[in-house]
Amino acid sequence: MSTLAVHDHGVVHHEDGHEHHHKATFLNTYVFSQDHKYIAKQFLVTGIIMAFIAMSLSILFRIQLAYPDKSFPFLETLLGHFAPGGRLSPDFYMSLVTIHGTIMVFFVLTAGLSGTFANLLIPLQIGARDMASPFVNMLSYWFFFIASLIMLSSFLVQKGPASGGWTIYPPLSALPKAMPGSGMGMTLWLISMTLFIASQLMGGINYISTVLNMRTKGMDLWKMPLTVWALFLTAVLGVLSFPVLVAGVVLLIFDRSFGTSFYLSDIVLGGVPQPYEGGSPILFQHLFWFLGHPEVYIVIMPAMGLSSEVLAVNSRKPIFGYHAMVYSLIGISVLSFIVWGHHMFVTGMNPFLGGVFMITTLIIAVPSAVKTFNWLATLWRGNIRFTPAMLFAIGMVSFFISGGLTGIFLGNAALDINLHDTYFVIAHFHLVMGSAAIFGMLAGVYHWFPKMYRRMMDERLGYLHFWLTFIGAYLVFFPMHFMGLDGVPRRYYAFTEFESMKRWLTVNVFVTWSAIMAGIAQLAFAFNFVYSIFWGKKTVQNPWNANTLEWTAPIEHIHGNWAGEIPTVYRWPYDYSKPGHDEDFIPQTVPFSQTMSSNLPHDFEDNPGGLEEYTKWTNAQKANEAVK
Amino acid sequence: MGFKQLINSKKTLSLLAAFVLFGTDRLMAQATAAAADTAAADKSAMWTGVGYYVLLFLVAAFCVAILGKILRVYDLTQQMQGKKGVNWNGVMGICCILFLIAGMYGAYWSLTVQGSMKLPEAASAHGGAIDDMFTTTTILTLIVFVITQICLFGFAFVYRGSDKRKAYFLPHNNTIEKVWTIVPAVVLTILVVFGFFTWQRVENSSEVKGDLNIDVTGHQFAWEFRYPGTDGKLGSLNFRLTTPLNKLGVDFKDRNSFDDISADTLVLPVHQSIRLNIHAQDVIHSVYMPHFRLQQNAVPGLPTFFKFIPTITTAEMRRKTDNPKFEYLLYCNKICGGAHYNMQRVVRVVSQAEYQDWISKQKPYLTDQLKKELHFADNKTAVPAASNRLALNN
Ligand code: HEM
Ligand SMILES: [Cu+2]
Ligand SMILES: [Cu+2]
Repeated sequence: MSTLAVHDHGVVHHEDGHEHHHKATFLNTYVFSQDHKYIAKQFLVTGIIMAFIAMSLSILFRIQLAYPDKSFPFLETLLGHFAPGGRLSPDFYMSLVTIHGTIMVFFVLTAGLSGTFANLLIPLQIGARDMASPFVNMLSYWFFFIASLIMLSSFLVQKGPASGGWTIYPPLSALPKAMPGSGMGMTLWLISMTLFIASQLMGGINYISTVLNMRTKGMDLWKMPLTVWALFLTAVLGVLSFPVLVAGVVLLIFDRSFGTSFYLSDIVLGGVPQPYEGGSPILFQHLFWFLGHPEVYIVIMPAMGLSSEVLAVNSRKPIFGYHAMVYSLIGISVLSFIVWGHHMFVTGMNPFLGGVFMITTLIIAVPSAVKTFNWLATLWRGNIRFTPAMLFAIGMVSFFISGGLTGIFLGNAALDINLHDTYFVIAHFHLVMGSAAIFGMLAGVYHWFPKMYRRMMDERLGYLHFWLTFIGAYLVFFPMHFMGLDGVPRRYYAFTEFESMKRWLTVNVFVTWSAIMAGIAQLAFAFNFVYSIFWGKKTVQNPWNANTLEWTAPIEHIHGNWAGEIPTVYRWPYDYSKPGHDEDFIPQTVPFSQTMSSNLPHDFEDNPGGLEEYTKWTNAQKANEAVK
Repeated sequence: MGFKQLINSKKTLSLLAAFVLFGTDRLMAQATAAAADTAAADKSAMWTGVGYYVLLFLVAAFCVAILGKILRVYDLTQQMQGKKGVNWNGVMGICCILFLIAGMYGAYWSLTVQGSMKLPEAASAHGGAIDDMFTTTTILTLIVFVITQICLFGFAFVYRGSDKRKAYFLPHNNTIEKVWTIVPAVVLTILVVFGFFTWQRVENSSEVKGDLNIDVTGHQFAWEFRYPGTDGKLGSLNFRLTTPLNKLGVDFKDRNSFDDISADTLVLPVHQSIRLNIHAQDVIHSVYMPHFRLQQNAVPGLPTFFKFIPTITTAEMRRKTDNPKFEYLLYCNKICGGAHYNMQRVVRVVSQAEYQDWISKQKPYLTDQLKKELHFADNKTAVPAASNRLALNN
């Protein structure tokens, strides 16, 4: 009832607001647009650019790892005093890893992924004219944009960007004397992240209220596509956990600039005892990971939602176990708040506490496993159509399996003793988070590109892009497991100082070249993306024969999404290949009365009136048969 | 019609390519000229190098473009003759199965070749339990890995689409869903229970009589070791007392500190219970001794402990690994600054007799110089009061 009321209000408001807030100028159409579809594209393009930057940074440090003794004059030309004599300096190496991680996790896989698809799909898939608050939505993008600029500007600082790792543990990050990156670079990092969090909160609150209040008629929660479920729960996680990082960051700013000791105690720098007292570095880690762990699910859940949708559409089959998929998303969301301690098993946290976190951590693997099995069951006996989006969704599942399984090692505190902070952890999260989430995002881009740009991307370039990236990612990350098992630590500038680690050099060279290959493959994507925006084949309204609402909206983007009334929803979004129906899909807007021959008793579980009609119809059918 | 366009586009394409090639040529020539001006020979070499890779990339991109064009021509001619073009769906399905086969072989290769480069057997008493658990977990996860990846790419191949078939409408199946919720839950419970008890045992670092306490202190960028003297007790620490001579800030009001010994190698008697007292002076470091399956962060302001029993001497391990130069190592495993990558000490496990011999030759922490300094300081400034400046937050 309330849903309806709000929705009606929205329409009315829209109708009579039409005259005055619709003077389209260049600025409010192409820059400060408040249209969710345009903001989605802004997030996407910014996210892609940030991804290319972060990827280039990784290639730079991969070169250092593969050729620790070689000098590349080119690097000096490019980077100046950060690479004296053509070799990265150790401090700058640390900056590269730090900024690479920060950009990838936050700017690409959080803002770029959620920002793009929550903006594009939430209103279009639930049948709303726009976000609950389009203005705040616009602010969300611009805060993100400014945060990105500030983060990148730290490369212009004399002493270089922040360099304490993306987790910026104090005291290293709190003491400017501890390393060059902890000076101005860290200040910029903290400012940038504060703005970023503001952006996330504005976006998140909008996504939540839009999903809760603005669904079209008939769109109850159990008729929402999994994309919307995933994006909605992601927003909830973000809104609940990002503020905790703000607290952590603010205390760190106090420690850095105002002489407090929240995180500092018993410190001797350069032989001189410092006045800090009574703080605890572990406190920061608790605050950081209280966000940090939900954050990794903030990254993966949208990718799960996008992949679920893409897998169902292109297998021409309903997603297997829709309810289980939703409940597992909810389970993951709840549990992800009580597992953060698994990042801190060996930090000196009370071992008993470590034991408890280990139990909760391994519990969270259960819903993850359920999701995986359900995806596999969705493929089973499908009629699979290999669009590039489908391939990326399959790749996402493959990475999620490979990386998720190593989580079971790491989640076991006793095993983590030897694995913590080694390349094993790098392999784990680059597969399960990095690669899987990027693949989910790319699946989304290929799939909804026609919705965003009204043209199709080139399929064959998409295939090339997929296979090179997929194989490249495995070649890069798979061998890292074994380096970790040999006790090779992450965040090492070079392995030349250890006799025992030198034998990994050939592997490092191999990994670097694989990374370069995968990196070059992204140019195929960039080309395809830009080319298709302008010259791609024009799309039809529903190019994938999908059921969800966004494909009922006109190809031409109009403010308010649907000309005239918003369509009403009658059924769940996964009626693919339903027996008894002539086509292999039935959009959500088709009432059951039009599909009598394919209805099932199950369709009327909470609809007694419908069930009565259905029984009447089947009885009539039977009677007919008998007469004949 | 389509053909005409095609030929046209092909022409423009090759024109473009020629143009780009020419462009790089010019660029390189220019760069060489500029380099000659500044007389920096390596600069020009650099640009040739860069140009070479750019050229390589362009050639590759060009080949891809040509290939794409050829495929399109083929597709179009097929269509004009009324046949179907390339069946991309089928091709991708076959790619999936090929990937599965190649990938499984690759994983096997990696597991056997690179997997055999992992650490040698655990050299500590608790390490054995960890290694056993590792083996169990590996076997279980590998089984799941193989089955699920086979399903994933196998289904993709077997059920690759065609216009003739319709997919099987299967929205859910409660029985099978229950099975694959409960089975992982049970398996994980077993792993958790074993893990939990092992973890509690390993992490129990409470002091028992007969433990050898050793102080390990990390600072940028080195480790310091302090052994107790004949009294078997380490003197207490106070970071405010740190001076260039009293590097660790040992409190000499505590009589236990008088006979403490400083060392720069961590020498451990085999089969002796060792209790590491771990400190950090500036930022967080991490004591990592992977051969002993031992890691514990060193946190400023929060002493941490790790108790273990080394079981294999260095000499034995050299024999076992067939490497006469083998050494156990302690290195830093928490990012701590620019030289984090080189913060290591040798750890040597020896027999009791060798240990006694070694310890008797080590220098006392309380050097003559330090004695002089302390004596001098004694009557001037005693230890500053426990806290001469309250932190702002408490
Ligand atoms: C299957 C369930 C999973 C388990 C049991 C698990 C367990 C763990 C554990 C215990 C660690 C800490 C390792 C260490 O630092 O020593 C870890 C690290 C990490 N995990 Fe997972 N994980 C799982 C799934 C995921 C997923 C789905 C994601 C992301 C989408 C993820 C992302 C990460 C990241 C980013 C880190 C590293 C953070 C860092 O230290 O920089 N994990 N995981
Ligand atoms: Cu986590
Ligand atoms: Cu370190």
